[in-house]
Amino acid sequence: MNQQLTRSQRLSRLDVKASPYLYISPFFILFFIVGLFPLVYTAWVSVHDWHLIGGQGEMVGLTNYIDVLQQPNFFKALRNTFSIFLLSSVPQVLAAIVIAYLLDTNLRAKTFWRMGVLLPYVVAPVAVSLIFAKIFADQSGLVNAVLEILGTSPIGWHADPFAAHVAIATMVNFRWTGYNALIFLAAMQAIPREIYEAAIIDGANRWRTFFSVTVPMLRPTIIFVVITSTIGGLQIFDEPRMFDTLGQGGADRQWMTLTMYIYELGWGAQKSFGRAAAVSWLLFLIIIAVGVINFLITRSISSSSSGKAGR
Amino acid sequence: MSTQMSTPMIEQLAGKGAARAARRKLHGVDKRPGWLTYCALAAVVLISFYPIWFTILLASSNAGEIARNPIPSLIPAGEFLTNVTRVIESDIKFWTALANSIIVSTVTAISVVFFSTLAGYSFAKLRFRGSNGLLVFVIATMAVPTQLSIVPLFILMSELDWVGKLQAVIVPGMVTAFGVFWMTQYLREALPFELIEAARVDGASMIRTFWSVAMPAARPAAAMLALFTFVGSWTNFFWPFIILGSANPTLPVALQLLQASYFKDYSLIMAGVVVATLPLVILFAVAGRQLVAGIMQGAVKG
Repeated sequence: MNQQLTRSQRLSRLDVKASPYLYISPFFILFFIVGLFPLVYTAWVSVHDWHLIGGQGEMVGLTNYIDVLQQPNFFKALRNTFSIFLLSSVPQVLAAIVIAYLLDTNLRAKTFWRMGVLLPYVVAPVAVSLIFAKIFADQSGLVNAVLEILGTSPIGWHADPFAAHVAIATMVNFRWTGYNALIFLAAMQAIPREIYEAAIIDGANRWRTFFSVTVPMLRPTIIFVVITSTIGGLQIFDEPRMFDTLGQGGADRQWMTLTMYIYELGWGAQKSFGRAAAVSWLLFLIIIAVGVINFLITRSISSSSSGKAGR
Repeated sequence: MSTQMSTPMIEQLAGKGAARAARRKLHGVDKRPGWLTYCALAAVVLISFYPIWFTILLASSNAGEIARNPIPSLIPAGEFLTNVTRVIESDIKFWTALANSIIVSTVTAISVVFFSTLAGYSFAKLRFRGSNGLLVFVIATMAVPTQLSIVPLFILMSELDWVGKLQAVIVPGMVTAFGVFWMTQYLREALPFELIEAARVDGASMIRTFWSVAMPAARPAAAMLALFTFVGSWTNFFWPFIILGSANPTLPVALQLLQASYFKDYSLIMAGVVVATLPLVILFAVAGRQLVAGIMQGAVKG
């Protein structure tokens, strides 16, 4: 009897000690298997001759990296990725802040307007791409038809790389601008109203308040949105993949992104997992570098404008 | 009112109602916005809505009509059901895709909510060595670009013989760093320690306490997490496209097939887009408020 009691006490103590770790373990186990291990293993695959069907071959050192870096397609993909990324993230963040500023007024039917700007979020990127592929079609596309009515010459949305990038960036912006506007709106509502009042008493007009109160106060949120859109934006695949029916990024690869290039190397004609892994690692390093640069730029921009506000 | 007082001062002197009135009168911070604001917002909402309406217009038209008029008339024609029937009867395995999307999104949402609440409860309310460091680690993993790991992940799935099978899409997404972080933040404030202690004093085991005390308290945040996970899972394309392929597709993969095989027939493609999007539009109509609230809460905490 006495022994049993201590046994159940011991069990209960074990329960208290082990349970916290047990409860968090599913995340860590899954992350190590499908997150960390694949990331490290990518490096291992990238230094091997590795075929989609044939599997692991000889270790080849940096050959895959050298091969890839000699391909013009790699640099095209790099250029396209950055071009699409800039065309989507910069206008998107600016538009989202302005929309949030409009929503951050004492509107009638607040929920209607908020839901209205969020609506595109429920349309899958693939569906968005199919819709905008028609809107930006070269012949019988909506935009070109409108341009014709306005008397301008139609735009070669697929032939011209920059036009293609604009079209693809538009798809991204369509889906995410409203979502980000709500994030900024939440941050704006957290700004104490007294600060605005103080600014107005000091004689600042609406514009002045926006630039010297709202924007500096949004700094952490801007950094957050910019970093998440960097991580997502540099991996963009769905929209450019669906921009035409072949999905190779155009005859001249004029809108092929790095993730599409990874797919083409690994699952396209070459079936080279080694090279696909090499590009994956290069893209990983690029994302980290851009993330750090972004962080530094955003920090200095916002702190310089808050510096102005202080003066 | 010639001397201007700041509203905190008025609030001190005359209470909240007076402060609010003063705010409205003095500075216009709480004033109703002018028509220009409404016009600008209406333009934004119109831009959000028109492409969706455009899709419905094309989905209820036919190929010849679409070719003749690149700018569709504003009222839908009557061929929507015909086009939907053609989508269902096309060789994209529509019913398989629909069933797969429902299974993958539902199972993922339930699993993410359960495991995230479990971990979030542990981080928020249980004391254990290393808890802060581990939570920081969880948050840091959010920045890992997972799409770049597809090569080893594909190798792993072929070793398991999971290529083309739904578990290859479900299992990697069963618990997310975002979910854990989200539930931790919520439970920290929403669940009082007294409730946990009361259950423990009554002799409930740890897991029993979690189930009967933490789970009910977590419900509002769990519902939002389920919504976001469902939407994310439903719209996911890249990984299902690689690992499932055309043999056993989800809806986004099936849409890609539809585009590849019927690229000249926009009425058919758009009908597919409408059918694939409709479940989420219904979800949006029912739970759009929660989505808006969820994004805004996540932003403040994140």
